[in-house]
Amino acid sequence: MTTDYKLAQGTLLLTGGTVLGSDGPVLADVLIEDGIITAIGQGLSAPDAEVLDVEGCTVGPGFVDLHTHLREPGKEQAETIETGTRAAALGGYTAVVAMPNTDPVLDSAFVVRAVLGLGATAMAEVAVAGAITVGRNGQELAPMAELSRLGVVLFTDDGSGVQNGGVARRALEYCRGLGVTYAEHCEDLGIAAGGVVHEGYWSSKLGLPGQPASAEEAMVARDLLLAGELGAHLHLLHLSTEGSVDLVRRAKAAGINVTAEAAPHHFTLTDESIASFDAVYKVNPPLRPAHHGDAVVAGLLDGTIDAIATDHAPHTPETKDLPFDEAPPGMLGLETSFSLSYARLVLGEGLSMEGLFDLLSTNPARIAKLDAASDRPFGQSEQGGRITVGRTANVVVIDPRATWTVEGSSLASLAQNTPYEGRKLQGVIRHTILRGEVVVRNGEPTR
Amino acid sequence: MIGPHLLSLEDLGTEGIVEILNVAESFAEVERRTMKKVPALKGKVVATLFFEESTRTRLSFETAAKRLSADVLSLSVASSSVKKGESLKDTLKTIEALGIDAVIIRHRSSGAPLQATRWLDDIHVVNAGDGWHEHPSQGLLDAFTVRQAWAQAEGVDAASTGSELFQGKRIVIVGDIAHSRVARSDVLAYQALGAHVTLCAPATLLPPSVKGWGVEVSTDLDDLLADVDLVSVLRLQAERGSGECVPSLREFTNSFGMTTARTSKLPPHALITHPGPMVRGIEIASEVADDPRCLVTTQVHNGVAVRMAVLFLLLSGGSMAFTDGEGS
Repeated sequence: MTTDYKLAQGTLLLTGGTVLGSDGPVLADVLIEDGIITAIGQGLSAPDAEVLDVEGCTVGPGFVDLHTHLREPGKEQAETIETGTRAAALGGYTAVVAMPNTDPVLDSAFVVRAVLGLGATAMAEVAVAGAITVGRNGQELAPMAELSRLGVVLFTDDGSGVQNGGVARRALEYCRGLGVTYAEHCEDLGIAAGGVVHEGYWSSKLGLPGQPASAEEAMVARDLLLAGELGAHLHLLHLSTEGSVDLVRRAKAAGINVTAEAAPHHFTLTDESIASFDAVYKVNPPLRPAHHGDAVVAGLLDGTIDAIATDHAPHTPETKDLPFDEAPPGMLGLETSFSLSYARLVLGEGLSMEGLFDLLSTNPARIAKLDAASDRPFGQSEQGGRITVGRTANVVVIDPRATWTVEGSSLASLAQNTPYEGRKLQGVIRHTILRGEVVVRNGEPTR
Repeated sequence: MIGPHLLSLEDLGTEGIVEILNVAESFAEVERRTMKKVPALKGKVVATLFFEESTRTRLSFETAAKRLSADVLSLSVASSSVKKGESLKDTLKTIEALGIDAVIIRHRSSGAPLQATRWLDDIHVVNAGDGWHEHPSQGLLDAFTVRQAWAQAEGVDAASTGSELFQGKRIVIVGDIAHSRVARSDVLAYQALGAHVTLCAPATLLPPSVKGWGVEVSTDLDDLLADVDLVSVLRLQAERGSGECVPSLREFTNSFGMTTARTSKLPPHALITHPGPMVRGIEIASEVADDPRCLVTTQVHNGVAVRMAVLFLLLSGGSMAFTDGEGS
């Protein structure tokens, strides 16, 4: 199935920005006509164009989130495809991959078609990850061939990992045959033993059941062995431990076909936050001590981890205002992802702006097969890469010097469960352009 | 300064703990009179909100509140809207609307009383046990009980000793430490008062990390018995899944039970405490439970005076003036 996307009609001129072009950053204007980038250069002019003065700003490819919980269908009180993609656009994203742990689960062509249909007119392009097993039950394989014919290229039971190694192996093998990617939420539930926080100092002190780092790492190790043995492509979701990063680093060195992502909250928060017993800090995988976050950062910087993914997980106030162990795990991520990553990786670690765009846009676009080189099975426009003439205008404009303060009630998501409430962040999304349409102008959504 | 809430013994420090123990001594004095009731909290309303089964703690708190002349609202979960799906937050807001001064909460989830302080305005919250986290009033009454016993043995007035009698004392806490809120509060109390604490349990029933606890850890109870002043025995929390952490109850008792044989190896002056409810024959032998050195009923008795002290200090602003002349 191809989604017939529309290019916005009209002319748009971005003037005076630093443009991430194919030969590196250049000071230039960017002309967008009927949704396509048609000229890049200094002193461009176009009569009748909408002109956006972007001096001092960085102009790059829109971000691509490999891990968004849009909650529709099933939990529309927390988020919908409409509100979730609005949050995405405000966060600089021009494409998101919707996770399949909805109700019903995205394990059938019917439901996948419905989500793609609603996504076609959304404020960011919506790709879909399908479930590996029926109802995410970890037992029977979902109709992955049928779903792949609709364009699904990523499969995951996210929310939980496939517990049975035999099922995981069979699914990986089946995915290899289809040329699609098996993506794992790594958590061995037996080892995790019902833990709701990271096992260690804070879990012991606070009397909260902990899950050890090995609960994640054991499944990372299992899947790497299986992927290596089968020659299948494995994608690892939200890696959060030092051991996981180390395992992936060694697997890549050994030639195993693996990609990995990490979420900003795992390198900007630690498990000390849980001392407040505020369930806004409850997330799965759990927040961990700082050395794990440092290892994740090292993995992002040396290419072990390919992508930053938000694991944007909206939850209604009434479900987060519960005793810590009863509340569901997850936090909002789309609107804070860039600023947090920018602060830690660019300002903190000296990563280049292009390097950050690789992590937020180019690499995730490639993993989701939304890049220019892929055949983009949903029929969507190309994402990632660099700002070049002839490309569809999926563009984000960032003001790296400006600051803003996070307020849950001002975020576009229906839910407000941000762990960064009141935090002042540097790096502001000025404009987001989707297929030539300005969907965010001066930090405000246009629809 | 104590208050406005009692959530964790960590918030009190040595001074705060000693103050509560000393105030409890004066209430214990009151208790020995014929007229046990004092008007200290007349006009105050105290609610008990227990989401978990409890006999002694609830009765103890309610008795304490009544002896201070407070009005007591007792909400039991079985008869409340909780069964109809009401959230903890809404239950708390409902009780708040009734006009209460303090709420005493027991909940199966660690941190629920701390969360309650964020959801309530101007209401004192007392933690009566939250998950595996803490049971502060139990920690206080355990410290009160052993201080009194040690003071009696030395023929001194307990209240005049501060934390002195704990210096250099060796305390072993044995049993299911990992799932025990009593263990965490006991450790904080005994540590703050200056005792040397050793936690003894099979590795699967020890907390994953005791970094910063200032305790020693042992998996060999027999090794510790010769040189100990107090053995604090904890119940195996079978309802919290500790059964899976040991091969069998028999094996647990063999290695960590306070049997008569082990008790006979203790120094003659050593004391034994147990927070109750006891499971005789598992963590403590029946003969040991009834041994005069085992303070379990004294603990229950002292619970009232200690909880009177807690409620009094939180709700009255700490003035002790009323006790003078109360008997006259």
